[in-house]
Amino acid sequence: MEKSINITLKVWRQAGPKAKGEFVTYKMDNVSTDSSFLEMLDVLNETLVKQRKEPIVFDHDCREGICGMCSLYINGHPHGLDGETTTCQLHMRRFKDGETITVEPWRSAAFPVIKDLMVDRGAFDKIIQAGGYVSVNTGGVPDGNAIPISKVYADEAMDAASCIGCGACAAACKNGSAMLFVAAKVSQLALLPQGKVEAAHRAKVMVAKMDELGFGNCTNTGACEAECPKAISISHIARLNREFLSAKFKD
Amino acid sequence: MAKKIESTAVDTNKIDAKIPAGPLAEKWSNYKAHQKLVNPANKRRLDIIVVGTGLAGASAAASLAELGFNVLNFCIQDSPRRAHSIAAQGGINAAKNYQNDGDSVYRLFYDTIKGGDYRAREANVYRLAEVSNSIIDQCVAQGVPFAREYGGLLDNRSFGGAQVSRTFYAKGQTGQQLLLGAYSALSRQVGKGAVKLYSRYEMLDVVVVEGRARGIIARNLVTGKTEKFFAHAVVVGSGGYGNAFFLSTNAMTSNASAAIQMYKKGAYFANPAYAQIHPTCVPVHGEFQSKLTLMSESLRNDGRIWTPKKKEDAEAIRAGKKKATDLKEDERDYYLERRYPAFGNLVPRDVASRAAKERCDAGFGVGNTGLAVYLDFSSSIERLGEDTIRARYGNLFQMYEKIVDENPYKTPMMIYPAIHYTMGGVWVDYELQTSIKGLFCIGEANFSDHGANRLGASALMQGLADGYFVLPYTIQNYLADQIQVPRMSTDLPEFTEAEKAVHAKIEKIMKIQGDRSVDSLHRELGLIMWDFVGMGRNKEGLELALEKIKAVRKAFWTKVYVPGVSADVNVELEKALRVADFIEIGELMARDALMREESCGGHFREEYQTPEGEALRNDEEFSFASCWKFKGEGEEPELLKEALDYEFIHRQQRNYKA
Repeated sequence: MEKSINITLKVWRQAGPKAKGEFVTYKMDNVSTDSSFLEMLDVLNETLVKQRKEPIVFDHDCREGICGMCSLYINGHPHGLDGETTTCQLHMRRFKDGETITVEPWRSAAFPVIKDLMVDRGAFDKIIQAGGYVSVNTGGVPDGNAIPISKVYADEAMDAASCIGCGACAAACKNGSAMLFVAAKVSQLALLPQGKVEAAHRAKVMVAKMDELGFGNCTNTGACEAECPKAISISHIARLNREFLSAKFKD
Repeated sequence: MAKKIESTAVDTNKIDAKIPAGPLAEKWSNYKAHQKLVNPANKRRLDIIVVGTGLAGASAAASLAELGFNVLNFCIQDSPRRAHSIAAQGGINAAKNYQNDGDSVYRLFYDTIKGGDYRAREANVYRLAEVSNSIIDQCVAQGVPFAREYGGLLDNRSFGGAQVSRTFYAKGQTGQQLLLGAYSALSRQVGKGAVKLYSRYEMLDVVVVEGRARGIIARNLVTGKTEKFFAHAVVVGSGGYGNAFFLSTNAMTSNASAAIQMYKKGAYFANPAYAQIHPTCVPVHGEFQSKLTLMSESLRNDGRIWTPKKKEDAEAIRAGKKKATDLKEDERDYYLERRYPAFGNLVPRDVASRAAKERCDAGFGVGNTGLAVYLDFSSSIERLGEDTIRARYGNLFQMYEKIVDENPYKTPMMIYPAIHYTMGGVWVDYELQTSIKGLFCIGEANFSDHGANRLGASALMQGLADGYFVLPYTIQNYLADQIQVPRMSTDLPEFTEAEKAVHAKIEKIMKIQGDRSVDSLHRELGLIMWDFVGMGRNKEGLELALEKIKAVRKAFWTKVYVPGVSADVNVELEKALRVADFIEIGELMARDALMREESCGGHFREEYQTPEGEALRNDEEFSFASCWKFKGEGEEPELLKEALDYEFIHRQQRNYKA
């Protein structure tokens, strides 16, 4: 049955990329525990609009946990404390009556704040553009069943490919590293015969692009894996390192 | 707002779909053999705008750039990878016949036509079935990790509306994997400089110069400023218009604005009334709900749908005094099994949705709102064991539990229908060209392939067919005549006037400073749509809806409040611009539904049903695609008809009882 709680929100507000941000406190009464975290913010925004104030800007789209558009650092954790959950699938029943909830944008040098809680994650696209693909054009490809692929590898590739590109891994990392994101793509394609041809080159150019864009180094703290809403394993980082080393040896 | 609209349509009196001559199976080959092409040197001199980066948009942008055209690609999200195609769960159909179970191009064509209740164009659907196999090959080559058997070959699953297993899948995330495949192909072209990507941009108008689409006006959602873009041709793949209902399974930014701008510039809008209402969604839980979540239709294989037999029990459940598990077998009404003994819980989407609404309207609904029915797995769990059910549906059960906080292994799921997909859209001919020359429309945004109802696992197929294998051919037949056209300056009066009109609209909205939030108006529109233009429609209700929508339009243009300034990130302004267009499409849907005095597929007019409550088509009078032509603000649009002549298939009444 539906219950409601009273909460206090401390939300990061920042007018623009260069503006000085600050926490603003909002008290909310009678928040339905059945609502999602973003629906709770919708209600707050509706109230702000009624008070003729500017609503809080945050990224979101599918609200089904698959598009990777939502973000938010909630009480010190990307996507909040509920395991394997994106912010849009986090529900208010996970919070206590009277709780104070701190909401911040992703904090990472490579993800500059645009406004309030909205950040620019274009760096992830640039890494993929550097080499996160198989170089095939449309048409002229062999039959889908021409190359049998072991179910084990196909399933592991699928697990790596589940990455939604939300940026929680880089936001969680004390070094601001994007290694889990890069590793997930390198690993997915290196596991499949279609992607194997370019595997070493791919690892090299994607890592180079990651470094160039201001992401930090990986020191194996494992925070990325712990906070990943899709539970992508850091074992993919080991595969990335193998591919990267093999590329370096070839040079 | 009374602006004069110049007619830019190719044809004002006659609808010409430009279907190639010849036998059905040879039409596409014949077309390709005789169409005009653009040579490589000329391709470099031609610019193409692609709006949208979903399955259709991303695959088109990538394929056109590979061919050598200069592509400008726009998306509303922060990255092209987030387009709502990503949320598709079940799979993608193709006529590979890998299972040796009797599938063929013809059978996929036939199932799609029949599934669409004989309201789709034969030639388009046949071509769709024909290119379906190439899609699978392409995606495999890109590294899409489709499910495989232990022998290493591709696996298939079954889906509704077919007697064969032809659905390819990647866990419950097929849309995501196909989109990421197209996104990777697109990213490769962006890296090469062949595609210029504009993310966080929203198209607000199409620019027409001397009767041809030559560019767009788009708003940079970060700076809030509008910008003008030229291209020799414009392709729009902006998705469907289900969010007119406010609550839908669409993403929050999914909108109808690009389509409505095209319509207002002279592109016909076809079959707006054909919308699909999916029976198995997580029900509405409260008045502040922002969207609805789909539960895959595969659940109906093992779940039984029921409501309490007695109203007192339903009332007790709604009041929290009784639970579903308190009701004994003989106190439950398995209404689908009762009404449709032959198909039971596996009746098509439209039938299952209407039956759920009927029970809830009659007072038998459950949940605290009374707008829900049970989907019960207890007998399957008893028969097969919990582990088997977990292996089949584990991820869906987990998602349900996160949202509802109930364990569906122990207590029945609650479900209710929700708007999910729109079959109608911008009218296109066989070449996917709208009635404005040089303006193309692909994917869910167009109307062409699904008729009055879409089969499961066919949306992904159509989006990728359009983008990878149809448009890259057909657009050349147009562009071959454009090679002499130099790049135009965006300072031409057509561009500046279009931009000025966009500014005027934005400023008008900003200046209203009323007392209604954008969402409150959108919600009001959504309720009207759901109540009168939803699953069951009738003349009286549709006429009332038209009146009520007019009132919402008036309220919007006099009472909306948008805070902030337009030259900044302004989410309320973005939403306001979209809601203004949802009001237009809502009216068009009601108008089309009122005109179509028959029931077919997702369009159910209560006056036109068989004694058993089935959809009753009227092929004599309504075997046409309705094409609505804009006649100016405040004017009634004109109805044009594209006749649907069935040359190759014999039409029948669909039957699910025996």
